[in-house]
Amino acid sequence: MEGMVTLQIDGKQVKAKTGATVLQAARENNIRIPTLCVHQKLVPYGACRICSVEAEKNGKIRIVASCGYPAEDGLVVRTRSPRLDRIRKLLIEMVAPQAVFEGDVGGEIRKLADEYGADIHRFESRLRVRSQRCILCGLCVRYCEEVVGAPALGFAGRGIERRVVFYPEIARRVFAGGMEWATEVCPTGKIGAESDGTYFGFTIDDFLAGKL
Amino acid sequence: MPKRLSSAEELDNLRKKIVSKRDPHKLGITVCAGTGCQTYGAKAVFDAFVEEVRKQDLSDKVDVRATGCHGFCEKGVLIVAFPEEIAYVKVQLEDVPEVVTAVANKQIVERLLYKDPVTGKTIVKESDIPFYKHQTRLVFGNNKLLDPKKIEEYIALGGYSALGKALSRMKPDEVLAEVKKANLRGRGGGGFPAGAKWEETKSAPGEPKYAVVNCDEGDPGAYMDRSLMEGNPHSVIEGLLLCGYAIGAHQGYVYVRKEYPLAVENLRIALKQAEEYGLLGENILGSGFGFSVGVHRGAGAFVSGESSALMAAIEGKVGEPRLKYVHTAVSGIKGKPTNLNNVETYATVPLIIDKGADWFRSIGTKGSKGTKIFSLVGKVNNTGLVEVPMGMTLRQIIYDIGGGILQGKKFKGVQTGGPSGGIIPEKHLDAPVDFDELTRLNSMMGSGGMVVMDEDTCMVDIARYFVDFLCGESCGKCIPCREGLRLLQRILTDICKGQGSKGDIETIEEVAQVMLDASLCALGTTAANPVLSTLKYFRDEYEAHIDKKRCPARFCKALTSYYIDPDKCSACLICLRNCPAQAVNGAKGEIHWINQEKCTSCGVCFDVCPTRFSAVVKISGEAVPPPPPPGTKVSRKKEG
Repeated sequence: MEGMVTLQIDGKQVKAKTGATVLQAARENNIRIPTLCVHQKLVPYGACRICSVEAEKNGKIRIVASCGYPAEDGLVVRTRSPRLDRIRKLLIEMVAPQAVFEGDVGGEIRKLADEYGADIHRFESRLRVRSQRCILCGLCVRYCEEVVGAPALGFAGRGIERRVVFYPEIARRVFAGGMEWATEVCPTGKIGAESDGTYFGFTIDDFLAGKL
Repeated sequence: MPKRLSSAEELDNLRKKIVSKRDPHKLGITVCAGTGCQTYGAKAVFDAFVEEVRKQDLSDKVDVRATGCHGFCEKGVLIVAFPEEIAYVKVQLEDVPEVVTAVANKQIVERLLYKDPVTGKTIVKESDIPFYKHQTRLVFGNNKLLDPKKIEEYIALGGYSALGKALSRMKPDEVLAEVKKANLRGRGGGGFPAGAKWEETKSAPGEPKYAVVNCDEGDPGAYMDRSLMEGNPHSVIEGLLLCGYAIGAHQGYVYVRKEYPLAVENLRIALKQAEEYGLLGENILGSGFGFSVGVHRGAGAFVSGESSALMAAIEGKVGEPRLKYVHTAVSGIKGKPTNLNNVETYATVPLIIDKGADWFRSIGTKGSKGTKIFSLVGKVNNTGLVEVPMGMTLRQIIYDIGGGILQGKKFKGVQTGGPSGGIIPEKHLDAPVDFDELTRLNSMMGSGGMVVMDEDTCMVDIARYFVDFLCGESCGKCIPCREGLRLLQRILTDICKGQGSKGDIETIEEVAQVMLDASLCALGTTAANPVLSTLKYFRDEYEAHIDKKRCPARFCKALTSYYIDPDKCSACLICLRNCPAQAVNGAKGEIHWINQEKCTSCGVCFDVCPTRFSAVVKISGEAVPPPPPPGTKVSRKKEG
């Protein structure tokens, strides 16, 4: 029999398989932890940090990303606290200008903004960024590589210049088979919205016709 | 090709043989061939010395040797003449014949000696120069004595004897125990005890294990790892071998950043020579222990110094940090236990094994043992690499070794720990420098960068500089680091431009806290440190920028104006001719004045105005006095 660990999440004793993450343990016990870059088919990535929780071990409290932190015996986890709420609120506020479309954000980001009282326009004028409708969660990039099995997408640039790019030679093959998966995983709705043929800012027809 | 050594005894015999072949009476000229001196032309100078010695028919009498970096890089090309240890600074090609003649005739070339900028006296011996005199060079000391391209020179100085000792007389656990007992803390940043790290790797399940050297030094202004790797690569290799032996690893890697070509070159030569002597490869010194080393050249990414990013890069993946709630010591390269230490940490290990943990513990402070190499740069008289015992005060380092602030200006702060560190103000100058003390002062040891700042440095601008640096060097993966840096960059830039507003400081603090709490890796969790420490110690400067639109250091261009004091102006035309914006008005004999509409605050007029006039005035946060009526003549009385 596979080993189990027992931990406490929000005051509730829960069991989890050895090797499971705190997020998995919570979800299996119907405890909700919000996320923006998690997909059950993908390896934990830890980029959005929305899933941050307080993990207490040996009397020490740390803020950890629940998507990657291993569930351990005796671990005490809190998924809500003033400190966590502050973190989630600010993360949404900081990333929102990148995700805004027609003056608002959609999907999970909208829900979280409401839940945590985040003002999605708070930093808009300060940041002065042109919304790419992309929060760089990497879901499309990782899904393509890990599930579809061909790295047609990737990241280019470092730091604040980071962006999603595609690799034409591989993309030619992968995208020809359809991209519904990308529409599905994109949390800002960018890919879905542009499914009329302008994935990632280029038209797939032009691309397949070799014009790119 | 040399014979492979098959025991520690053979290594000792080889050492004796090398030493006995040397003529102790032979005169020597050493040329520093570190990267710093090479930019001053050390290679050509070295060749010229070889040629000149041949020309003067002195080859039997005088040895010419290229060595590693001496550390006093601003004075290059550095030459030392032995046996008297006469130091010549700023030596150029045309000086070579004179120096050779002087060495042969046991004379001194006065004009090339070092002149102390503080006392004005010339100093003959290298070790008498204040920059060197107050240092304790345990790790860095051999740099200037050996040619890094010749393993025999390292062996002659006792090199690889610690390895010989360990392999022939110590069990792996004893080597580990010695490093633990020495309480050697990681010299690359966090100061984590190396022994504990080694032990964690050793006891982690999984084979093979790896030992890795981090030479991705990227802090602005820091270059001690480069100098060690270039100047004494064998000391790093020996430390790596000792680690491998202690933790049961048989494969090592050295991650060297792309920007260090000489380090890569010297390292590769060193590895090849070590292998030829049987100090690397299978069955080292007949002990049965085998170890090989691969070199990985980085592709120029600061973030690759982070352990999980560095290991991803070695695996051939993008150098980005990953979630690492499981330490790399347990799951590193290819998911196997991997020990990672920095260059200086490894280079310290042979000393500990050779002289013992007790000796090492006798140096330094309670929590930080041994010495630390700092790169002392910025607004000090003497800049370069300095190695001092832990616990020396900032004041001793900056004033005794560094010779104080340039041009007698006032000290304002010293930045330690690079972009993850902070800025320490004058009131803490007497703090002893060690890992814990610097952390207590809201800075950190980091890899040992020490940038000295004077009264003309704007602390808001410095914070902005480091945030700018990280905006381009963060990997950009996680939201708090990427977006936090972007937001801090915008806010700080606005403040420096005089466009800050009430509430900015509070927003900065809010953002910084979330970056600290929630970022993926240490780059992000520490990225706001330069901002937080300047806010802690220099909050009034932030407030002056925001509330009074004044830059107290009169540095931020948008908040600084220049005008010409009509009582001091001699109408010499110098500023008028040099102004790139043609903003200076006037004529010969007519008092000059600056057209504020045209002025770009570049400061050229301020810099070129002769000090005997000092007529150009820099102001911030106050109204510029009106110019004199057009055509006002200079009154002659002040000429006398």
